[in-house]
Amino acid sequence: MEKTVNQKAWFLVLPVLLLVAFSAVIPLMTVVNYSVQDTFGNNQFFWAGLEWFDEMLSSERMWNALSRQLLFSGIILAIEVPLGIFVALNMPKSGFWASVCLVLMSLPLLIPWNVVGTIWQIFGRVDIGLLGRTLAALGIDYNYTQDTFAAWVTIVVMDVWHWTSLVALLAYAGLKSIPDAYYQAAKIDQASRWKVFRYIELPKMMGVLMIAILLRFMDSFMIYTEPFVVTGGGPGNATTLLSIDLVKMALGQFDLGPAAAFSIMYFLVIMLISWVFYTVMTNLDKKGG
Amino acid sequence: MADATADIPGKLVAEGRNTRPRFRVNTRAVVMTLYLLFLMLPIYWLFNMSLKTNTEILNTFTLFPRDLTFDNYRTILTDPAWYMGYVNSMIYVVMNTVISLTVALPAAYAFSRYQFLGDKHLFFWLLTNRMAPPAVFALPFFQLYSSVGLFDTHIAVALAHCLFNVPLAVWILEGFMRGVPKEIDETAYIDGYGFGRFFVKIFMPLIASGIGVAAFFCFMFSWVELLLSRTLTTVDAKPIAAIMTRTQGASGIDWGVLAAAGILTIVPGALVIYFVRNYIAKGFALGRV
Repeated sequence: MEKTVNQKAWFLVLPVLLLVAFSAVIPLMTVVNYSVQDTFGNNQFFWAGLEWFDEMLSSERMWNALSRQLLFSGIILAIEVPLGIFVALNMPKSGFWASVCLVLMSLPLLIPWNVVGTIWQIFGRVDIGLLGRTLAALGIDYNYTQDTFAAWVTIVVMDVWHWTSLVALLAYAGLKSIPDAYYQAAKIDQASRWKVFRYIELPKMMGVLMIAILLRFMDSFMIYTEPFVVTGGGPGNATTLLSIDLVKMALGQFDLGPAAAFSIMYFLVIMLISWVFYTVMTNLDKKGG
Repeated sequence: MADATADIPGKLVAEGRNTRPRFRVNTRAVVMTLYLLFLMLPIYWLFNMSLKTNTEILNTFTLFPRDLTFDNYRTILTDPAWYMGYVNSMIYVVMNTVISLTVALPAAYAFSRYQFLGDKHLFFWLLTNRMAPPAVFALPFFQLYSSVGLFDTHIAVALAHCLFNVPLAVWILEGFMRGVPKEIDETAYIDGYGFGRFFVKIFMPLIASGIGVAAFFCFMFSWVELLLSRTLTTVDAKPIAAIMTRTQGASGIDWGVLAAAGILTIVPGALVIYFVRNYIAKGFALGRV
């Protein structure tokens, strides 16, 4: 749509600007403030320059948390995206059962995040959980509070359970926008199922898939509540992801300087990667019209 | 043969492309059944536990409650310390939805209709707030709201959640508004409508579904968030999700009540999901599908 140039439109945007400035810019400036200052208590601060950034960049703790985070986001993207597409391809296209699928699939998305954690914490427990009990009965040694591998499996499966439906719903929305004529043309050409997917469905889904990947990346990168409820970051530090570590540092130990420096770098990493996704996304948008 | 298979759920998927061989149709149904089973099992287990007594939970392992009891629900619904959590959550969630929509509506209109200095940057900047990890903002929010005397009030949580809900609402609404032809605005202005009257009387009814979807998503994201709402409250505005942790008493965890509280937090989402099922993908895609 052609848009008119109208600088007065700023007045319409002003309320949003003020509100977001209050709830985002002021807090962010506080963080910036802390990141360059040091204190001996009594609310007396003095300039520390980039000392905290230096300290954080050379601290093993942050790099470990970051690599765990990257591993976690990588694993869940590698599982959720293909699985989501697969589920979307198998969903009924219309009618009563399509509604049933949509409603049931959306359900996990609307559960408060700590309840998601609680559900899986209970589900996986060896004494009272269905999953834990079943695995134990099968003779598999599974205990997510002691064993690093089991803890990882639990939080990954939990995230897959929680968010695959999001990818599936978006892919499904993309699939539904494909006109029937495309499939008929493919049938005339006697295209195989794989070719139909590769040359018709996948390109048409690309736009929404990028959004799905962007969202899943962002949200998995800042995940806190769910794994915290299940494992508390343990055993040891095995599942201490970035946010868990940050909250520990800022609200637990009250190490304001390092925590603030950590925060800023954390935010920058998310913004950088998201910006790349966003640019790719808008370019796709333009190409697809 | 067609009649014989009429009752099988697999039949419905045949509607989409009805020339498939029969085994193919069944694969689809099997995939969906397995996936939905995977989604529902943990929730079922929580529900199952909420109807059991603690003795039964801890001592026997049963797939359905033998000794059916509603005491867990009764405990929650009669104890103010419990049910006030739901009331608190509801209050700040509704506040947040109202605030977010009020400021987002004019802004989304401006973005969808006008070009102005810095509009694209501003639009992306709004999105970056959706990327901000709540963990980064927890401490600054705590200090900000303490210093202005809003700590432990509903409005503090509502404002804090605006951080991610306002950008979300702007994006979703802008997506819906783009679909309304501009000629409608122009005709209305020619007919002598002022901006305010046009917006409320003509434009808002046109994008009613968009407003509904945006409201639903604000409601939902405010409802599921825990980290910020827990950090900003202690007693008076404590959300239900945070109260759930208090089941850890001296005598161990009260599993039954915990499960019942969990089930009750799923209910609000489950109730409204039916109405927005066809828009869920669009909402999650920030209005971009």
